[in-house]
Amino acid sequence: MEALVLRSRRVTAFATFATSRNARLVGRGLLAVLVGFPILWVLFFASGTSFGPAVSDPKNFLITLLNGLTAAALYFVVASGFTLIFGLMRVVNMAHGAFFLLGGYIALRLQRNMVGGGSDFGISSAQVSFMQWLIPVLAGAAVVAGAGLLMQQLFLRWNQGQDLRQALITIAVSIILADQMLAHYGGVAQDISWPGTFDKFVDLHVAGVRYTLTRLVILLIGIVIGVALWYWLKRTRTGMVIRAGVDDRDMVSAMGINIQLTFAIAFLVGSALAGMGGAIGGSFASLAPGVDANWLLNSLVVVIIGGMGSLGGAAIGALLLGLTTNFAAAYLPADYTFYSIIFTFVLLAIVLAVRPLGLYGRPA
Amino acid sequence: MSFVRGSRLTPDRAVGSVLLVVALFAPLIFNTYWISTLLTQMLILGVVAASLIFLSAYGGMVSLAQVAIYGVAGFALGNLTTNGNTKGLNLGWAEVPGIVVAILIAVLVAMLFGALASRSFGIYFLMITLVFSVIANLFFGQVTSVSGFGGISGIPIPDFLSRTAHPERLYFVTLAVALAMYAMMRYVARTPFGLTLQGIRDDPVRMSSLGYNVTLHRTLAFGFGGFVAAVGGILFVWWNAQIAPSTIGLSATIDVLVIAVIGGLYRLEGAWIGALVFVVINNYAQDVSFIGDRFHTLIGLIFLVIVLVSPDGLIGLWERATSARKRARPGDITEERGSAELTPAG
Repeated sequence: MEALVLRSRRVTAFATFATSRNARLVGRGLLAVLVGFPILWVLFFASGTSFGPAVSDPKNFLITLLNGLTAAALYFVVASGFTLIFGLMRVVNMAHGAFFLLGGYIALRLQRNMVGGGSDFGISSAQVSFMQWLIPVLAGAAVVAGAGLLMQQLFLRWNQGQDLRQALITIAVSIILADQMLAHYGGVAQDISWPGTFDKFVDLHVAGVRYTLTRLVILLIGIVIGVALWYWLKRTRTGMVIRAGVDDRDMVSAMGINIQLTFAIAFLVGSALAGMGGAIGGSFASLAPGVDANWLLNSLVVVIIGGMGSLGGAAIGALLLGLTTNFAAAYLPADYTFYSIIFTFVLLAIVLAVRPLGLYGRPA
Repeated sequence: MSFVRGSRLTPDRAVGSVLLVVALFAPLIFNTYWISTLLTQMLILGVVAASLIFLSAYGGMVSLAQVAIYGVAGFALGNLTTNGNTKGLNLGWAEVPGIVVAILIAVLVAMLFGALASRSFGIYFLMITLVFSVIANLFFGQVTSVSGFGGISGIPIPDFLSRTAHPERLYFVTLAVALAMYAMMRYVARTPFGLTLQGIRDDPVRMSSLGYNVTLHRTLAFGFGGFVAAVGGILFVWWNAQIAPSTIGLSATIDVLVIAVIGGLYRLEGAWIGALVFVVINNYAQDVSFIGDRFHTLIGLIFLVIVLVSPDGLIGLWERATSARKRARPGDITEERGSAELTPAG
């Protein structure tokens, strides 16, 4: 026992520097450089990049900014569902990415059926009316909501409080779902067609920027969903119960409120957001095996940065991720653009080093 | 822990000894295909899964980054030792320094991952390490100067270990390394460091107030787990002679988790048992007509059933069937610990 204490104390000695005041200052300085340098780089230097610095090329800077914001809107839609489920039930839904892809595929099939004559090459947006886009998107959300509810009721409900076991269950579900989707929808990338009404460029009258309307629609959807979720959680009775349930599940239950019903609603809404995100994401990019992993990654990064279970955190996390990935891809010197994935890691590393629970995370 | 040395013959020891003898005489019992493909692969996957189980059982850290670290070692070896003719840096080093430096790089990456994740507990730790794993996969897929999508092929391996010419030699080397890793992990678990780690697993707050640096111990443990995984990565490259980003994708990460859970997340031996089940099902499921290519659906279903029925995996079933003794199970996944409660309203 004596030896145990002594030897381990010696290990501890290594770390005294890490907690000293000097180390704090060094850390702050490093943080300032890591955050400040990329901003200065984009604004004034950006040599060797395809666009050049923002001050001399405001047009492409604005386009990159809009790309970042619109990507963030979609990240937010998907991640808000993830964080809603976690916040109330402490379930880390590892099947969220698979749900995303499932919603996309269902919307895709429904749209092909509605429009008719969908060949392997897809359908052009001129053939698609607004309703032929909206109905598949909502249907994708609805089916995935049902699938999520089924998973929760069948497998998760009786394992409440065992967070690792629940995570493993959702991983098992995601393995099965991903493999079945590969079997039914094939391995070729396919995309959902935007309706003709959206698929055009609009002149923003700022620095001569013409920007695609589809991405602005995604931004609008993200904002509408964010406001709706905020209103739901902060201003309605169900939202009140959910917030109370987050703080003290047993007490809410003891007050005579049906907490299981609330759990079911939260899982329904959270899964629906994944499904809807998949349908929108399938219009924005394409659907293929592996996309589920990317979107699970996006959701995880967003909530780890923002803080698990925080809606505001999900919004901030989505913004940081969207801007970081888009600016890294556009403003790295041309030979190094494929290093942009490192910036996602650096972003995550900075946030975890400063706040291990995420920006808006708070301990129990 | 049942580390008490004694001559009593327990069911565990009996089965363990029999399996060890079978493993030693495997080339006499099984055909070449089993030796060169199934059993060698089983041992390699077992090493990686064992590093996960070590972190889970003794450190309370369910890490999904083990496959990423195994990949870092493999890619580092590929970059260091290839000599033209393939993707990557083609530095053309000799094998021995290549292996040493590759493991060193992987351990450093593991320490970095560990330093970032070690202040998070429970399910957060799992999520953060999963993100590291996916990022490592995307990194090797995108950065063409070290690998690119197709990966590195034709990595030189020591002549006497050629899989095609001498499958049984590679098998025995892998077996020896796997046994060494197993012994090393059991040894480390009993050192003062390992005991401190188990104390931190059970109650980080108390250990912290006793003066132990919780974060540092968890980081070092993660580095050690990374070392074991890196050794697995080197073995994998010897076995496969190439490594690609798809080798360390999300699917591979989940496969290793599945192996660890099927075996049992709280005993190191479970890693190789889970790996054997996985490899055999993987190999023979394709011959069954109604499964065919849907191997992953089958594995997913088995995983689901095991998590629902016996969260301690096959080892847990075995222990329940054989033992009268009740033991506190380190890393029991039905246990809840160390996760924070947060609100959905920012």
